[in-house]
Amino acid sequence: MNEANDLAGAVASEPADEAASGQGRPEAVPPDDRPGAGRRAARGREGTEPPLRHRIITVSLLTVAAIYFLTPVYWLVVSSTKSSSDLFGTFGFWFHDPHPFDYLHRVLTYDDGIYVRWFANSLMYAGVGALAATLLSAAAGYALAKFRFPGREGIFNVILAGVLIPGTALALPLYLLFSEIGLANTYWAVLIPSIVSPFGVYLCRIYAAAAVPDSLLEAARIDGAGEARIFSTLGLRLMTPALVTVFLFQFVHIWNNFFLPLVMLSDSDLYPIQLGLTSWQGYADRQPELYQYTVGGAFLSVLPLMVLMGVLQRYWRTGLTEGSVKA
Amino acid sequence: MRRVSKAPRRFTRTEARSARAASGFLLPFLALFLLCFIAPIAYALYESLLKVERTGPLGLGGETKQVWAGLSNYAHALEDDRFTAGFGRVLLFGAVQIPLMIAFATALALLLDAASARWVGFFRTAFFLPYGVPGVIASILWGFLYVPGISPLVEMADSMGWEVDFLGRGAVLWSIANIVTWQFTGYNMLVLIAQLKAVPGELYEAARIDGANAWQVARHIKLPLIRPALVLTTVFSLIGTLQLFAEPKVLKPLSNSIDSGYTPNLAAYNEAFTSNNQHIAAAEAVLLALVACVLSFGFLRLVGRRGKDGDSG
Repeated sequence: MNEANDLAGAVASEPADEAASGQGRPEAVPPDDRPGAGRRAARGREGTEPPLRHRIITVSLLTVAAIYFLTPVYWLVVSSTKSSSDLFGTFGFWFHDPHPFDYLHRVLTYDDGIYVRWFANSLMYAGVGALAATLLSAAAGYALAKFRFPGREGIFNVILAGVLIPGTALALPLYLLFSEIGLANTYWAVLIPSIVSPFGVYLCRIYAAAAVPDSLLEAARIDGAGEARIFSTLGLRLMTPALVTVFLFQFVHIWNNFFLPLVMLSDSDLYPIQLGLTSWQGYADRQPELYQYTVGGAFLSVLPLMVLMGVLQRYWRTGLTEGSVKA
Repeated sequence: MRRVSKAPRRFTRTEARSARAASGFLLPFLALFLLCFIAPIAYALYESLLKVERTGPLGLGGETKQVWAGLSNYAHALEDDRFTAGFGRVLLFGAVQIPLMIAFATALALLLDAASARWVGFFRTAFFLPYGVPGVIASILWGFLYVPGISPLVEMADSMGWEVDFLGRGAVLWSIANIVTWQFTGYNMLVLIAQLKAVPGELYEAARIDGANAWQVARHIKLPLIRPALVLTTVFSLIGTLQLFAEPKVLKPLSNSIDSGYTPNLAAYNEAFTSNNQHIAAAEAVLLALVACVLSFGFLRLVGRRGKDGDSG
């Protein structure tokens, strides 16, 4: 489910080139901080504060929703402090004889610290993959925005179609192909497909068209700078907000991807964390302590992503609406 | 004469230079795009048209070779009741879950837009948090909340005299729907909020002067204006739904009601890795991609046309 949804927001803004150009915002400013938004809030909202009854209803509805979204997370926190037998024997929504550090330590050291290895693998896949994806997308998006050459629109349309192809429909053929060329069950099998981000190209093109002025490029050319140098010193710098967005998107996308590594990898030393945890869960019937490790491992793996979500939120509201509906 | 001929030549030279520079930037991406998008599709199409034939006695042992199969793999996939049932299942799932989730996300976005500023940050983060939980982890997590014996939800329901079975035949599909809804509502909500923020304040002011109440503003101004975001979140949810895999795969050991062909993706996966029949798996992957494309483009065209009619009025 992940892949497709990752893109939803991005494309939701569906910014045509025309919409984006002419309002290139060089800095990523959360809409809340934009002067216009603030003025609007001051004018439209506080001026006519809704009646108390409405506010109570609103907040109660929001609270009910928050309980729904937070309950499983709360359960995870509570359960990560329990032993396997307490997991089954005690009430799930309350603590019982909590030993958080003890259990988490056991998660980290079980089976020669395989968990730490999975975690490092995940970080590697997501970190390296997202970085490479960002650079490749930046170069391709920049080229599509700033150079005129025959076939440009055709290439762009093919890349756009790539956004709409379900990722898991690709994973299986990709596995067949990769095992044919001997790449299956290697780091490359997960890494290479992760650095291709059609959506990243799309976003970079839109952004480069808006934020990198042609006149600046011309001036640099007249000064005798080569194209590679112009791109690395001017292009990349002007495109930074879009690049951050592409990086974060791709990082989360790779981190959450399950199908591709599942299909590609058979050696558990290469597993990313999600795959490792499902393998623990699969053995838990025979080794009950693995229930506890699965829960503890899930808790640990979710922590960094939660932090990232906090950061990501602002980019959601900026990068994504970049050049959007302000017609 | 010379001057005339010179002008176009110079033009093509700059164009050529531009194309050369562009290709330097484009090639690394295009090469990998070819490897990871175009080639697998082509390879899947090719594989789906072949089958394995064994030359040994009784078709056992002996040598195996690949022979042309025409469309027989597709016929096989489409005649397989479990595979088609899986397709029907995800379509039913999408028809129920997507509208519910989008409506839920819209309601939350509108409520947050109307709420007083103090609370917004907390709620928005709380709703968005599950998006940071990967599908597999979310499924493991909810799996624990579904399984009798460990689930506090089942226990609480029991103590109130309700008998619930989240993993039973009729319920498990909706238990999966709940996992997906839990994960992606907040995400879709943020997309919608982003678009709401782009609504010019003058519109609200005008509406208020005309005497519209909060509900009327939401219904007649905000909803129509976030329509593009609604359309695209729907399309991407649709693509996502057809790919359903991690949730049923993780819940499968917990529930007897999930078979190996529960969703098309699960069927293709099992065909390739359990039954070792990659040709049929390839055909199933192609069918899956095809249905996803037809549905999403179909939906886009449908709302696109209706949108034009609406806008002109």
